[in-house]
This record gives sequence, C-alpha cells and structure tokens, in this order.
Amino acid sequence: MKNYSMFDVIGPRMIGPSSSHTAGAARLSKVARKIGGEEITEVTFYLHGSFAKTYKGHGTDRALVAGIQGMEPNDENLRNAMEIALEKGIKFEFVEADLGEVHPNTVKIIMKGISGKTTEVIGSSVGGGNIKVFRINGLDVEFTGEYPTLLIRHIDKPGAIAKVSLILSEYDINIAFMRVFRQSKGKDAFMIIETDNSINEEVIGKTKALGEDFISVYLIDAL
Amino acid sequence: MDFEFNNGRECIDLCNQNNKKIWEVMLEREAAITGKEKNEIIHYMMDNLQIMKNAVRKGLYEDVKSVSGLVGGDAKKLRERYENHKTLSGYRMNKAVASAMAVLEVNAAMGQIVAAPTAGSSGILPGVLITVAESFELSDEETVRGLITASAIGYIITRNATVAGAEGGCQAETGAAAAMAAAAAVELMGGSPEQAFHAAAITIKNIMGLVCDPIAGLVEAPCVKRNAIGTANALISADIALAGIESIIPFDEVVEAMYRVGRMMPCELRETALGGLAATPTGLEIQKRIFGEQK
Repeated sequence: MKNYSMFDVIGPRMIGPSSSHTAGAARLSKVARKIGGEEITEVTFYLHGSFAKTYKGHGTDRALVAGIQGMEPNDENLRNAMEIALEKGIKFEFVEADLGEVHPNTVKIIMKGISGKTTEVIGSSVGGGNIKVFRINGLDVEFTGEYPTLLIRHIDKPGAIAKVSLILSEYDINIAFMRVFRQSKGKDAFMIIETDNSINEEVIGKTKALGEDFISVYLIDAL
Repeated sequence: MDFEFNNGRECIDLCNQNNKKIWEVMLEREAAITGKEKNEIIHYMMDNLQIMKNAVRKGLYEDVKSVSGLVGGDAKKLRERYENHKTLSGYRMNKAVASAMAVLEVNAAMGQIVAAPTAGSSGILPGVLITVAESFELSDEETVRGLITASAIGYIITRNATVAGAEGGCQAETGAAAAMAAAAAVELMGGSPEQAFHAAAITIKNIMGLVCDPIAGLVEAPCVKRNAIGTANALISADIALAGIESIIPFDEVVEAMYRVGRMMPCELRETALGGLAATPTGLEIQKRIFGEQK
C-alpha cells in the first residue's frame, strides 16, 4: 500500500475545478511536451470519453493548452492559456474521438515542434491529478510520473540497458521500476526508468553521450 | 517506524503514550516517511495555508464566475449579509460558511486552490480553520497545526475508505473534508485527541449516505453549497465534542460504515451526473445548455 504523505491529503496545489479534468490534463500535456522535446507550434488534442463530453466545463481545453506550453497545473495563467498560445502563434485544435477501450479521461496528443518533427502521445488522467502515459509514437509504454522518470528512446541492442544502469549506479540513483518496450527486435525502443532519487542534468548529459543508439533522453519530474 | 498508525484508535494510543497532540504525531510520521526536516514540512504546509487564505479573500471580495457560468458571487452575497445584518446562525458561522463557498467558487472559476482532500471539497477546511483562527486570534503557526491535524484524519479515511465522490459519494468527499476540519477545530480549541476523533465521527455520521450528483458533472452545483453545509456540520460537531459528548459509534467503525454505504450506492449517484439533482428536469436543461445535445 502506498505510504500516504500529509500532502497527498492536503494538496496538490492546483488550478480548479477538477483534479482529474484540469490538473491531470495540464500535467499530461506538459509531459507530452517534454517527450516532444521542443517548443510546440501545432497541436491537436483527440479527446475521449468524459474528456470529450465535459472538456469545456472543466477547463480541460485550457489545461491541455497550458501544459503544452510548459505551464504547471498550479499556474495562475492556466485559465488564459488559450489566449497566450494564440499570441505566441501556437495552433491548437480539439477533436472528440473514440480511442477504444481506455480510461474515460484519455487524450491523444499529436504535436508538431519548431523543427517540424511530429510526436504522438496518448495518456489518461486517472484521478487526483495522477496520470498514466501509455503510448508514444505508436509504441506501447507505461509510466505514471509519480517518480522521477527517465525516458530513453534508443535502438534495441544488447548492452543498452547495462550502459544506462551503470551511469545511474555511479550517481547512487536507485531504480524503483524499469521497463523496456520495443517495436520489434533491433528497432526503436523505449527504456522507462522510475527512480527513488532525483536525477540531475549531468546524468542526462552522460546518457545522451552514450552514442547514436541513444536517440533521445527526457526527464519527467515527479508529481 | 515509531509513529506509524493505520486508524483512529492507533493514532489516539500514540498520542496518549507519548503525551502528544494528533498534529505532533502526524508530523513525526511525516518526517519519518519522507526523511524531511519538521521545519521544512511545516514551511510547506504554511505555503498551503497562504494559498487557502488567498482563495478565501478572492471569493469573498472579488467577482468570480465559473467557466460554465453556473456558480460565482454567492460567497460575496453571504458576506454582505453577515456584515450588515443580524443573521440566524451568527457572524462566525456565516463567515466560515461564506469562506468555504468562496474557495469553491474560486475553484470553479479556475483559480488557485489546495485540494483538501479534493478540489470538490477544498472549501471546508479553509472555511473552518481560517475563520476559527481569526475569531480566536490564532497565529499562522497555530493554524498550520490545525491543517496537520486535519491531514491525519484525511490520511486515515483515505487509507481505510475513500475520499473520492466517484467511489463513495459526497459523504466520502465533503464528509472527509468536514471530519478533518472538525477534528482540527477541536484540537485548536484545546480538546483532546479522543474529542477530536469524536468530532470527526459525529461529522461523518451527520451526512452519511449523501450522494454525489453534480449538475452536468461539473464541480459547481450543488458542490458550493455542500461545502457550505460541510463547514457548518464541522463547527457544530466540534462544539458537540468539546462539550464532552461522545460519538456512540467509534470513528474507525463510522469510517468503515461510510465506505460500505458508498459501495452500495448505484453508479448513478457517484459523480456520473446520471442521478440525483443532475437528473432533475432543471439539472438536465442546464447540462444541455452547457454542453449541447451530445451528452
């Protein structure tokens, strides 16, 4: 059982009205932006289930647009996020969609960055501001963002995991959970490492420097 | 760990064995599980108190309106009444209730709040504690202790039952918030840990069975007024406990009963907007106005 902190009870600090429809939505798109890895110029949000039905009343639309610009779920500017995005020239669109047998608060985010690269992220807001990301660019993944999370896109080759875990052990970072997801043998893969300790820029830099088989490295801070 | 507890009984025993208040035991527990300094924990909770105060002020004095347009401005109306008229339930009660409504209105208007324990029940704890603190001239340091006492009650309910309306109905959500506030108020007024738990138990008993039936599924109506009544419930229950009146059913059994009642509720009455007030002709009409015909 989770060891509840007093701040799980009195917290999080957030912009209302709903921890799942507002705070969780902001967090999901903020994580998506991290995965995109750059400023976003165009984005389409495919809203499923309860998100599709009630997004306007809960400000889910504003929260999503806030997160995609990197705002935190407790940013006072969240309610004006759509106006701010328009001023920056960010194009955004909402589409009601059936994403299949998924959590009622699920969104598919397809975004284009300043480099022209397109990234697709699917995730759910599972309650209390908590999230679960389960698909990135068509690859099945799974992480919640409850822990500091390292997200490494790499080529599926022997030794890849050992190289990364060696760096983490050098910095005395304990791995809480680790999973590897791949498209097919020898192709694109994701390593998702959730840790007990916070991860600094040096660790990210060293991981990025491991070689061309390591395509991208992102850090998602804990909730 | 020395200060771990799983329910109300264990919490009270820890308090009595160590001659500590609930907030002190909870603070010891928090320091042990997080490895953080007590000062750091108190400092973080102090920031939560400031956000709560800001939300109360904003809702009481500014014009707030929810995104859907359904709620906003009622806290201000109630403030104008208790400031300028003799009220039936008195100045302090009305002020606490208006403050709770203020926070929920700010929440619905996409303002900043602290979930306590949820966004939908975030008005009750600030409503009770900030008003009690003002009335009895308590410092912020003392008020923060109240928040910590409240968090102990909320932790026990989260651990053994639920605080989510979608799972246990409004009795679980605003019920937990009110129980937290009642216990905190008792402890702030010098009551014993036993009295604090009696107040929490009485609070939940008073609204057992309350359904979660938000109009159009939004955290607006009846949520603002359910926070109002939760605040009144907390203050009355705290006074009952401080008078030495006990809950006949112990807190832990009340929490378990509340959880069972929640599980018996049909899904229509657990935040789905398919039953209760949401399913009334007016409720449905409002839903149609906000979301169109699609739903």
